[in-house]
Amino acid sequence: MTPTLGLALRSIWNRRTTALLTISAIAISVALLLGVQKLRTAAKDGFANTVSGVDLIVGARSGQLNLLLYSVFRVGDATANVSWASYQRIAHHPDVAWTIPISLGDSYRGFRVMGTTNDYFTHYRFAGTRELRFASGKPFADLYDAVLGADVAQQLGLTLGAPIVVAHGVGNVSFANHADKPFRVAGILARTGTPVDRTVHVGLEAITAIHVDWQSGTPAPRGARVGADEARKLDLTPDSITAFMIGMRSKVLTFTMQRAINEYRQEPLLAIIPGVALTQLWNLVGIADTALMIVAGFVVLAGLLGMLTAILTSLNERRREMAILRSVGAQPRHVFTLLIAEAGTLAACGVLAGVALTYAAVAAARPFLESRFGIFLEIGGLTRYDFGLLGAIVGAAFLMGALPAWRAYRNTLSDGLTIRV
Amino acid sequence: MSSAAHPAAASGAPPDSPASRVATPATRTALAIDVRDLRFAWPGKPPLLSIERFAVARGERVFLRGPSGSGKSTLLGLIGGVLQPSGGSVHLLGTEVSQLSASARDRFRGEHLGFVFQMFNLIPYLGVLQNVMLPALFSPARAQRIGDPAALRTEAVRLLAALGLASSSILEREVTQLSIGQQQRVAAARALLGRPEIIVADEPTSSLDYDARESFLRLLMDECRTQGTTLLFVSHDTSLGRLFDRVDSLADLNAAAAMPGAA
Repeated sequence: MTPTLGLALRSIWNRRTTALLTISAIAISVALLLGVQKLRTAAKDGFANTVSGVDLIVGARSGQLNLLLYSVFRVGDATANVSWASYQRIAHHPDVAWTIPISLGDSYRGFRVMGTTNDYFTHYRFAGTRELRFASGKPFADLYDAVLGADVAQQLGLTLGAPIVVAHGVGNVSFANHADKPFRVAGILARTGTPVDRTVHVGLEAITAIHVDWQSGTPAPRGARVGADEARKLDLTPDSITAFMIGMRSKVLTFTMQRAINEYRQEPLLAIIPGVALTQLWNLVGIADTALMIVAGFVVLAGLLGMLTAILTSLNERRREMAILRSVGAQPRHVFTLLIAEAGTLAACGVLAGVALTYAAVAAARPFLESRFGIFLEIGGLTRYDFGLLGAIVGAAFLMGALPAWRAYRNTLSDGLTIRV
Repeated sequence: MSSAAHPAAASGAPPDSPASRVATPATRTALAIDVRDLRFAWPGKPPLLSIERFAVARGERVFLRGPSGSGKSTLLGLIGGVLQPSGGSVHLLGTEVSQLSASARDRFRGEHLGFVFQMFNLIPYLGVLQNVMLPALFSPARAQRIGDPAALRTEAVRLLAALGLASSSILEREVTQLSIGQQQRVAAARALLGRPEIIVADEPTSSLDYDARESFLRLLMDECRTQGTTLLFVSHDTSLGRLFDRVDSLADLNAAAAMPGAA
């Protein structure tokens, strides 16, 4: 079969403009398919690995999805807060083993600032059983200590001891900031591949401190300001927090606690089980994801049909070429394999180009997806499923190539050596 | 009627007797092409060919006169082994080609035959030398007669030069940039590569202008003489017939041509 492969390659090279268009069409469709695959896997893994070991997440009553997104993914905002009193009541319940309170609302140069306690560093788990580790420094000791996620430190070039001025609100550029109460980097966390990497952690009381002289989102006039050191002396227990996470003493008690919180009369609260909520979120996304895959599949089919069209339309003008080949001793099967080889080569080139395109697109989209949606795209290799998809595409191309190849085979049998131009 | 040397004369039997029809093995292999009682009809059509006898000796150069539509292309297809007769036999170089399987016929053709057509002889996406070396691609036996790829290439260049295409710039040019005359010469070189025993030329000069025809033919014949190749040349240009050993007419050979309702 090697004589025909050489001919196939030269034949394609001779028609390289058309071939390039065909290859591009296939490449784009392959990139779409692989890209959707990667996105879907990354999102699924990302969701699954972001938080584990937490039995309940509690926030003001809103949507489950909302609560999950802002408490775990630091995306979106809470509509209302949880009062400190309610938090304390629940935290001191005998069935509760530990809690992690969190307070959101400020930002630092585009990264969310989260107020919490050192319990966060002790109890937070992700990707199953992995704990938060410190790359350098340690948890909160001083009121104005900040612990940075790995990405914050890396992207902003911050090291231990660096000063941080937190901005009010979560805009990328904020004109209102808490410059009078600067923080100091006390610790930097090791990379987790979760939204933790993009968070600036500070103490709960520090959040109270920086807002102590603010009313409804604006600072007090100059005379009424409270200085950083003055604030230390005040009682900085927060009035409210955004949400809190609960670890139960026994897992079986989780449902009872969840119902109790949801029916709590003193305050409208919502308790969600992260695993369940994540699955529901995933199902929601899953429909879109399936739809995307189907669309991508059709795009691949369109690309292959384009290839088929290109080969079929060239067939008529190639009958003479087939007669010449027959006259020098080629057999009808050589004609068949010549055309199949052309289809296969076009598809193989298209697939390779598509893979390259996928990686280029992933590299380009990574930062955007990470910052906006907390989805971490792996630049890893192709999975077995991916290889299966690519193999199926090349196989489909061969099958499609069989159509013009068969026509040419039949033609050459009937044409023989006669010129049919 | 064919004026070929009748094999029956060699065996001493009276012509047209049953004995004369059975040629001895020795005489059979002296023939390059031996067609007997050939009958052919396209499916659903009246008989196109009915040839009692047509023979070409080895090394002989035969001019076969046949206008288009007379079935000459079909006859060449039968001789070339791409078509199978409805009846009768085709022997090439002693082998009954009409009895071989399709792939065996293809291999035989690749090994022993060379073809030149009227036009569009060359594969557009291959270079000049690659076109000439095509037979070697599909017939290892034919390639081996010359030797390794380097020797094949040298032989291809030599053949092109022998046919009047000596300049190296020709080799560089795209096949589609050659003139008709040049293309025909390349086609002839391809047909001659690997020293096939038989060359079948189907109106190779009909697309050339008058001046070019004779020079092309002389070069082709010179090379055939050197290699001892049998040449079957089909054309309607009878002025060239004088250069050949023998001139036949398909209309005379083909009994079906005389029948009512024939093509």
